Amino acid sequence: MNEVAITIIDRQGVKHELQAPTDMNMNLMEVVRSYEIEPDGTVGICGGMAMCASCQCYIQSSHELNPMSDEEEAMLSEAFHVKDNSRLGCQIPITEELEGLVIEMAPES
Amino acid sequence: MITTDILIIGAGPTGLFTVFEAGLLQLKCHLVDALPQPGGQLAELYPKKPIYDIPGYPEVLAGELVDNLMKQIEPFQPGFTLGERAETLERTEDDYFIVTTNKGTKHKSKIVAIAGGLGSFEPRKPEISGIEKFEDRGVSYMVKDPEQYRGKKVLIAGGGDSALDWSIFLSDIASEVHLVHRRNEFRGALDSVEKVQELKNKGKILLNTPAEVVEIKGGDSLESLVIHNHQTDLTKEMAVDAFIPLFGLSPKLGPLSDWGLEIEKNAIKVNHTLDYQTNIPGVYAIGDVNTYPGKLKLILCGFHEATLMCQSAYARIYPDKRYVMKYTTVGGVTGFDGSKKEAPKAVVKTID
Repeated sequence: MNEVAITIIDRQGVKHELQAPTDMNMNLMEVVRSYEIEPDGTVGICGGMAMCASCQCYIQSSHELNPMSDEEEAMLSEAFHVKDNSRLGCQIPITEELEGLVIEMAPES
Repeated sequence: MITTDILIIGAGPTGLFTVFEAGLLQLKCHLVDALPQPGGQLAELYPKKPIYDIPGYPEVLAGELVDNLMKQIEPFQPGFTLGERAETLERTEDDYFIVTTNKGTKHKSKIVAIAGGLGSFEPRKPEISGIEKFEDRGVSYMVKDPEQYRGKKVLIAGGGDSALDWSIFLSDIASEVHLVHRRNEFRGALDSVEKVQELKNKGKILLNTPAEVVEIKGGDSLESLVIHNHQTDLTKEMAVDAFIPLFGLSPKLGPLSDWGLEIEKNAIKVNHTLDYQTNIPGVYAIGDVNTYPGKLKLILCGFHEATLMCQSAYARIYPDKRYVMKYTTVGGVTGFDGSKKEAPKAVVKTID
């Protein structure tokens, strides 16, 4: 199966354990949307261009992720509720390396 | 009072194209948008990004698409109320709608087409407790009149283009400009970043990074700010006349959600099998702002929705008129400005 197991803790603190496909050219933001983990229109507002931070999440597991692009870093420098482990979900492609990843959605702002 | 046939809320691609389709039916349009320029997200967020799924365009820059749409609708002389947010919707006894903006501009029409995309773009407000109390009393989220800062001590927070550009601009007007940003890196046009560096070296902009405004103090109006520097871990209080947090814009459905429309998933429910009308007859919702089973938020879907919506609007405005859709290749395009575009006529002539 071209899938990895991912745990997403939503904005209400509810834990969702789900399977994310590695062969669909999807990113973490799109996985959150496809499983309707948060209300529509509150995640991925800009469509995945690293322009809104509505998909900000905190990486809780110790996975080595793809490095941040300048755009992502810049967006996070302006966003609110940013922590050291903040990333934009839309900038994290779903790959095999993400097996077991645990993330928590940042509050809506 | 501005009167028109179709009042369009939102001047994004869907709203703009509505003007064209309405124009073919000889219906006049007026557009209201909270942003100061037409184009919606395309102009505000990503004018330089290419779009690849506009039929007939293998690739087009978002800004270019807006320019082209503006050109396409020019013959239909749309009116614009820009920089104002549609605030209220009322229905008159004779079945017209009155839409009033936050600045009090009133618009009257038989049809309202909401093409509001993700909503109106509102400045993102930092979470500093009590900041609301000082809004317009020293705190503003956008610079409306730079002159009001003449001779004042101003603190700008943010790390993007607008924070940089306003710091540069106000450095000539204000007595002191402080720029506070959470990181040492700024995101902006190279020119702006270099200019800020230069002004910082000259002491015309006082930079404080990586730092954040953590507290706001004052009586009736803003008096001072408490700034925490993350690197030195030092906190200091500074007296200022003005605080301008510039953290970008975020779209909010805003006042539309109080118009009595059926809302689902932060979008307006419409009759998708027919004409994209909302639960209020005469009010339509098209483009990214609407929702129905299978909805896709794509520009090309917005264009389609606008086209069907205009046919329905025509039938509402002129219930007794008979009409059939006419191809532009057949009928050409006759503008309200007297311009006429049409296919060149074939010549019927004997060849001897």
